[in-house]
Amino acid sequence: MKTLKDIAAVIRSKNAGPYELTLDVIFSDKDVFEAFCQKKIFTKEVIAKLYHIEETDVLSIMEFPPAMAVKATIVRPLASGALGERDVYGAQQHVPLMNLEVDL
Amino acid sequence: MNPYKILSPTGILGYGFPESSFRAGVAQKPDLIACDGGSTDPGPYYLGAGKPFTTRSAVKRDLSLLLLAALELNIPLVIGTAGGSGGEPHLAREREILLEIAKEQKLSFKAATINSEFDREYLVQQLDAGKIVPLEPAPMPTRDDIRGCSHIVAQMGVEPIMAALDAGAQVILCGRCYDPAAFAAPAIRAGYSEALATHLGKILECACIAATPGSGSDCMMGYLYEDSFAVEPCAESRACTVTSVAAHTLYEKSNPYLLPGPGGTLDLLDCTFEQETQRRVRVRGSKFIPQERKNVKLEGTKFTGCRTISICGNRDPLFIKELDSTLEGLKKRVADNLDGTGIEYRLDFIVYGKNGVMGTLEPDPTITSHEVGIVIDAVSDTQENANTVCSVARSTMLHYGYPGRMATAGNLAFPFSPSDIPVGGIYTFAVYALLEHDDPAALFPAEVFEIKEGEEV
Repeated sequence: MKTLKDIAAVIRSKNAGPYELTLDVIFSDKDVFEAFCQKKIFTKEVIAKLYHIEETDVLSIMEFPPAMAVKATIVRPLASGALGERDVYGAQQHVPLMNLEVDL
Repeated sequence: MNPYKILSPTGILGYGFPESSFRAGVAQKPDLIACDGGSTDPGPYYLGAGKPFTTRSAVKRDLSLLLLAALELNIPLVIGTAGGSGGEPHLAREREILLEIAKEQKLSFKAATINSEFDREYLVQQLDAGKIVPLEPAPMPTRDDIRGCSHIVAQMGVEPIMAALDAGAQVILCGRCYDPAAFAAPAIRAGYSEALATHLGKILECACIAATPGSGSDCMMGYLYEDSFAVEPCAESRACTVTSVAAHTLYEKSNPYLLPGPGGTLDLLDCTFEQETQRRVRVRGSKFIPQERKNVKLEGTKFTGCRTISICGNRDPLFIKELDSTLEGLKKRVADNLDGTGIEYRLDFIVYGKNGVMGTLEPDPTITSHEVGIVIDAVSDTQENANTVCSVARSTMLHYGYPGRMATAGNLAFPFSPSDIPVGGIYTFAVYALLEHDDPAALFPAEVFEIKEGEEV
């Protein structure tokens, strides 16, 4: 089976303010993007499972057709720069998404 | 209506830009040069300690070029969020640099600084009056949180900048500022749509990040029309494409359709992006939904202690196999060692090769590498105490006898001497909330001053 990194052009994570992490997947092929959205692969449940977090900590799932993108926003386990926190910019939390299996 | 042209030289003042791109932008005779300076991205330290995250010489280089061009074209220059965090010390440094450039070049102009730091007790009163609500998932700030902050700033919207322009200032240095405001305020004052000006500001504040190839340190030009706007990079080697501009709308935001800011929400649900030329994208349909109850975003940071770290590595499979229990054992040994000293501390080991990057979010914390990197992270109330905790942890780990150990000379490879690095004071975000208010311009008073032949008059 293919993984998300085989079919997407951009997979990234970033702070959305100090208390949230936002995960973006951007496609370069319109058909693939539409098929991906249609199959509802990107859900709160899937993101919660990938990151071992509660579904309630997945704040939103969005599709953004102008950029052929989908986006998920999660609560940061620790605020940016808090004691014990590991990634101040939140830019290296995307890898679990890369390995998401997709059956298109 | 001629387009209102805005030149955005760089993502953050002090990040630099190619002079050739800037000249190409200036040659188009822009109506405004504006530059954002702020972000919470580098974490709480810079606001907390009152230290800019850009260097003085880098800011001076950028600001000199912008100032000379703005004066020559006789157009406004607006700098948003001085020194990255927009606190009083950050604004003071930017002002000092501006005066230094003016003096060296014997320049004459009218300028303004706009303060965005607040008196703690004023905010406590606002909290008690129910005027402060947290920006969830951030917690509700308490009185102690507010009183304990080293700095609290609020993000100004367009009104204070417009007021400074009304007062005759040509060069405006802002404290903490909503990113698009530095770009949008002069355009709105010139009669352009708030929705379009704010959306354009959202894109311009990152300079060429919305272009392809993207860059946070190259110049972008914005063209504001009555019913739309367009963006185009100044360097021929870059282009704005529908995808690059639309993708930028996603960046660092939880919801790309509705972008809340001071005074209202930018609504991009019906936005269209059109490739106008090979390098230019036209955007239409941005809307602005004004808020009935206006509010501004508060950011506050408080001191949490001093940190000392030590960076080391291990290449031994026998050590790596026992790592988890070794680190547990170490924490106990250190606690035992420091018992009775009265030192309160927090000791952590960041293990690269295991879960150093993702911490609790790591789905696969098994070590598959032949070596690991370890950062010993010691935090205590004073630097001396943090140094002590780090030193005890480091020496204990170096000679710790784990099960099956063969290498009895030492467990760690240190890349540096000295091995322990005092980091200094550290801070956390303690206030991240909205403050409701009625008069946006009054919250952020401007100080207007005049410079003649390089001297403040």
